[in-house]
Amino acid sequence: MSGLKDAGHLFRFAGLFVVAFLVFLVVRGYVVPKTFGQYGHYRGAAIGDIAKRPVKFAGHQTCEACHTDIADTKTKGSHAHVNCEACHGALAQHALADDPTSIIPVKPDTLVLCARCHTASAAKPKGFPQVDPSDHMGGAPCQTCHNPHSPAMGSDTGAGAGASPAAGGAK
Amino acid sequence: MNISRRHMLILLPAAAVAWKYVEAGTPEASPNYQMSEHWWGMLINIPKCIGCGNCVRACATENDIPDGYFRTWVERYHVTDTNMTTPEVISPDGGKEGFPVAQEDAGKYFFVPKMCNHCADSPCTQVCPVGATFVSPDGVVLIDPTYCLGCAYCVQACPYGCRYLHPTKHVADKCTLCYHRITKGLTTACCEACPTGARQLADLKNPNDPIHEFLKTHPVQVLKPQMATGAKAYYFGLDGSVR
Repeated sequence: MSGLKDAGHLFRFAGLFVVAFLVFLVVRGYVVPKTFGQYGHYRGAAIGDIAKRPVKFAGHQTCEACHTDIADTKTKGSHAHVNCEACHGALAQHALADDPTSIIPVKPDTLVLCARCHTASAAKPKGFPQVDPSDHMGGAPCQTCHNPHSPAMGSDTGAGAGASPAAGGAK
Repeated sequence: MNISRRHMLILLPAAAVAWKYVEAGTPEASPNYQMSEHWWGMLINIPKCIGCGNCVRACATENDIPDGYFRTWVERYHVTDTNMTTPEVISPDGGKEGFPVAQEDAGKYFFVPKMCNHCADSPCTQVCPVGATFVSPDGVVLIDPTYCLGCAYCVQACPYGCRYLHPTKHVADKCTLCYHRITKGLTTACCEACPTGARQLADLKNPNDPIHEFLKTHPVQVLKPQMATGAKAYYFGLDGSVR
């Protein structure tokens, strides 16, 4: 026992290590986020945080739930697969509002909007319908002749009915 | 029960540590969305792309992307018949407002929409020193902005140039494949806005997804396959000159 009598300083040192280790565990418990390591070497809750963000594009199914008449017109024409918000812009605010009429989207200016896709360029796929806007109908607004929802020239497209060139940009 | 002061001192911190793990919850995801049931990718149909820039604008709107930065962008290639290896590539403002009119000449033109490839073996997540970027269990490469230091190792590591440092948040930023939309059953903003269907969200774990039939019957390619990144942005009609 006489050997251990002089070893007190070693036990104190060992005790210090134990205390330091416990302090480390406590601090680690507080600074490492709860979900770190849940799925891998990252904070699992980050996935939920990213998924929680609000949407801005409502999606065409949402539009078609109310605007059934436009949806019907569209299915007959060559724009059947062009989604509503491709032209009208992000409208989740309008769709999710308690009173959708409180947020009325600006009608796009067809001279800008249609030209984005349909301006003739050698770079575009050959089968895609293209025109030279300055040469085509003297630069008259597109909806004078075409219904944007069903653009083929025909009697039942309703082109021009109730449509007027709107001020403002396409967005 | 007889606990000495010494025992108490040892037990208290241990209990505190244990409690932190008990408290650990599950992330707040959308109801009915099971991460294990999905494996997301994207199909990009080059012959359908008309270079209108709708996807770039929609992405910027949906995700509040500052001007001059892009989570997705469109490149226009001009390849002459005798010079396959050095094509002329332009992407004015990421193709956001479309492209200048091209005149017919020798050679071909085509558009290549680009975005994060959501690689299964992504080089960007491997270099992150703090675990701020990762591949989620449903195959989407995401960034935890609260954990990112902004060291930009990942920006350098991405072979596709899909990451950037956000100018005001000072953290790495990139395409999330509209994770906040696809977990709610919507498609991505770029796919929603694409007028020709050149971009299509694909769920590779969903047996009813048309992607399976497409992959079975069409030749597709990923960008830089030699880098073995496990890229999940599948390109149909991709020219050999594209890098």
